[in-house]
Amino acid sequence: MATFIGFDYPTLWFLVVGAVFSGYAILDGFDLGAGAWHLFFRKEQSRRIALNAIGPVWDGNEVWLVIGGGALFAGFPHVYATLFSAMYIPFMLFLLFLILRAISIEFRSKEPMLWWRKTWDIIYSVASITLAVALGVVLGNVLQGMPIGADKEYTGSSLAFLNPYAILVGLTTLALFMMHGAIYLLMKTEGRLYAKLTILLKRGIIAFIVLFSITSLYTLIYIPHLSDDFRSNPALFVVPLLAFLSIANIPRLASKYKFRQAFFFSALSIAFLLILVAIEVFPTILLSTTDPAYSLDIYNAASSEKSLGIMLLFAAIGIPLVSGYTFFVYKTFAGKVELDETSY
Amino acid sequence: MDVEILSRIQFAFTIAFHYIYPPLSIGLGLIMVIMEGQYLRTGDKVYETMARFWTKIFALTFGIGVATGIVMEFEFGTNWATYSRYVGDVFGSALAAEGIFAFALESGFLGVLLFGWNRVSSKVHFIATLGVWLGSMFSAVWIVVANSWQQTPAGYHIVGEGMEARAEITDFWAMVFNPSSMDRLSHVWIGAFLAGAFLVLSVHAYYLLKGRHVELSKKAFKIALGVATIFSLAQLFTGHRSADGVAVNQPAKLAALEGHFDTLAPADMYLFGWVDKENQQVTGLKIPGGLSFLTHFDFEAPVTGLNAFAEEDRPGALNAIFQFYHLMIAIGMALIGLTLYASWQWWRGKLFEHRWLLTIFAWAVLLPQVANQVGWFAAEMGRQPWVVYGHLRTSDALSKVVTANQVLFSLIMFSIVYLLLFALFIYLLNKKIKHGPDDQDLIDQRPRQKAMIPE
Repeated sequence: MATFIGFDYPTLWFLVVGAVFSGYAILDGFDLGAGAWHLFFRKEQSRRIALNAIGPVWDGNEVWLVIGGGALFAGFPHVYATLFSAMYIPFMLFLLFLILRAISIEFRSKEPMLWWRKTWDIIYSVASITLAVALGVVLGNVLQGMPIGADKEYTGSSLAFLNPYAILVGLTTLALFMMHGAIYLLMKTEGRLYAKLTILLKRGIIAFIVLFSITSLYTLIYIPHLSDDFRSNPALFVVPLLAFLSIANIPRLASKYKFRQAFFFSALSIAFLLILVAIEVFPTILLSTTDPAYSLDIYNAASSEKSLGIMLLFAAIGIPLVSGYTFFVYKTFAGKVELDETSY
Repeated sequence: MDVEILSRIQFAFTIAFHYIYPPLSIGLGLIMVIMEGQYLRTGDKVYETMARFWTKIFALTFGIGVATGIVMEFEFGTNWATYSRYVGDVFGSALAAEGIFAFALESGFLGVLLFGWNRVSSKVHFIATLGVWLGSMFSAVWIVVANSWQQTPAGYHIVGEGMEARAEITDFWAMVFNPSSMDRLSHVWIGAFLAGAFLVLSVHAYYLLKGRHVELSKKAFKIALGVATIFSLAQLFTGHRSADGVAVNQPAKLAALEGHFDTLAPADMYLFGWVDKENQQVTGLKIPGGLSFLTHFDFEAPVTGLNAFAEEDRPGALNAIFQFYHLMIAIGMALIGLTLYASWQWWRGKLFEHRWLLTIFAWAVLLPQVANQVGWFAAEMGRQPWVVYGHLRTSDALSKVVTANQVLFSLIMFSIVYLLLFALFIYLLNKKIKHGPDDQDLIDQRPRQKAMIPE
């Protein structure tokens, strides 16, 4: 089997898909989180500032979802097919709210009427919350495993995605994104909204830490297979430790009003948490609860070596390019939000 | 209804709706690049005003295009899981390339295009506009390549047997340059340029009829007319190349497009007609030997008819395919006639003297849209019953675990949301057009200043 720097192609592609989804969670995570707080801001001007804080970037952030979806489809078509058809309803709801959120951002400012703006504000915020929860619910189901038959097809019921663990992971994801989003908004705002956000951030941090602790305990007790890798290889404990340290840094920096650094650490926390997820599932991606032999792993679900090789080349060229545009856009719109005639 | 028909309706509906917007983005992108380029070249502020105005309309079309495009990517996995397993190795790489090389470029620079007017220099803004436009052009490349591979597969081999079978890539460039890619890509690009150009023509014709923004509208109209004339003519060429390719690579599809049942020499070509599937007859106006000439440059050569194919390998909805295809061609011809006549009037210096001509242009915006839609319908329905031509039947491509009720739920959901979306799009488009190019935009806010907040 062909290898590059000691890893075989399916492993490398697993890393690429993981990196892209981490990029997505870090970037869209803050704008979904900002949206989830939206209704807490009462003043019209606060809402406009909050929207314009994400205005020039949210669409570019969603690019990472599209690339991640394409990367999963291309690299692990069986995972893509099994997961998406099994999670039909959550994915359809995800699409519904993705569309509603996009149009609410776009349309809100187009009319001055109070009812018009309030309606879109509600849709925007509800959609942001639902999207964050839906992402977590799908992740929860992946972590937990699902009934998969010998033919790689899902055999469970269409509503089985709604189970306690998945809902718990969904809420934890929401809290994580809200914490991340509040820190982002603090970097971009000043005055009254800034003052309000410092209070909201505290609540967000507490909510996240509580939910994260419950999820961690639940995982350790009820889903023991996820900690197998750690038991067999204790050196891996460095990852949860790093995740814990970077999470602990957030309240410390936030209390000193160092929000740029706090943002760095909330981004880092998301990355570490997803590395944790990656270690937990690797090399199995979708665990079959029917019979572990039916699980989809990075080998029996992968595309051919030829295809993976081509796409690794794409990734090597493309990801630096995409990072370059992203950097350029963030640099252009750096600093506190200033409303002008091109704003929402 | 069963899962197959519901999933097909859902895919057709979501993609037809999606396909209103990306062509507009590609076409408007080209025109905005020309307008901003003219501004950089001449320094005439009127070009900047029109570029700013069209940027706002572009934002509307782009936003809806993205939101409805993600739906398409997800549907491959949710509704067509077996298809995804079968083609992931080949089709997936084109889709991934679209995300990373095209979509990222357009969305990355979109923020600068929309919000950067007062933050970056005119040159950097022009580069951002160019980046967004090129990104949308590249998107079309990969999407059309992926679709063309389904029509004329190349650069792959089949591994596994029966339900385990799947396509694996053997030659990436042969997959990209499969026999129909380039003809179909040029045809799609030009269709998009025409969609954008005719929207610009329509809006500025409306202003000229109303006597508003006259100086600006004359200039913008001429830019769009130039684009529309060149590409209406070019579309004749790419259309012919595409039809030629279909004759060689997908003879059953060509026979369906023309309602050609028996392998005959000479084979006639219909300008319009009605297909009677039961009696295997077409009634209408025909050019004797036209189809023979089109495919073989010989009025006497035989052309393969539908009856040469097994019943289960023929497309089903023959009359619909025939009508869609012929409507596309008729519209193409009408666009050529209209743009050539208008260009002749322009040359005579009388372009803006005929109210009736401007009235036609105000309404003609619908023509390229209809042609793009029916052209896709003909192309996709003509490919049936195959989703991957000659290899995988549409009926075998479905998700095995998804039920009719699930698809019905999502189909109803999409219908409601898309109707709402379309109503809002039309409402806001109309509002932006009524409002018109904003002279306020001309107040130069560079160097950067603290903006005032209207409250």
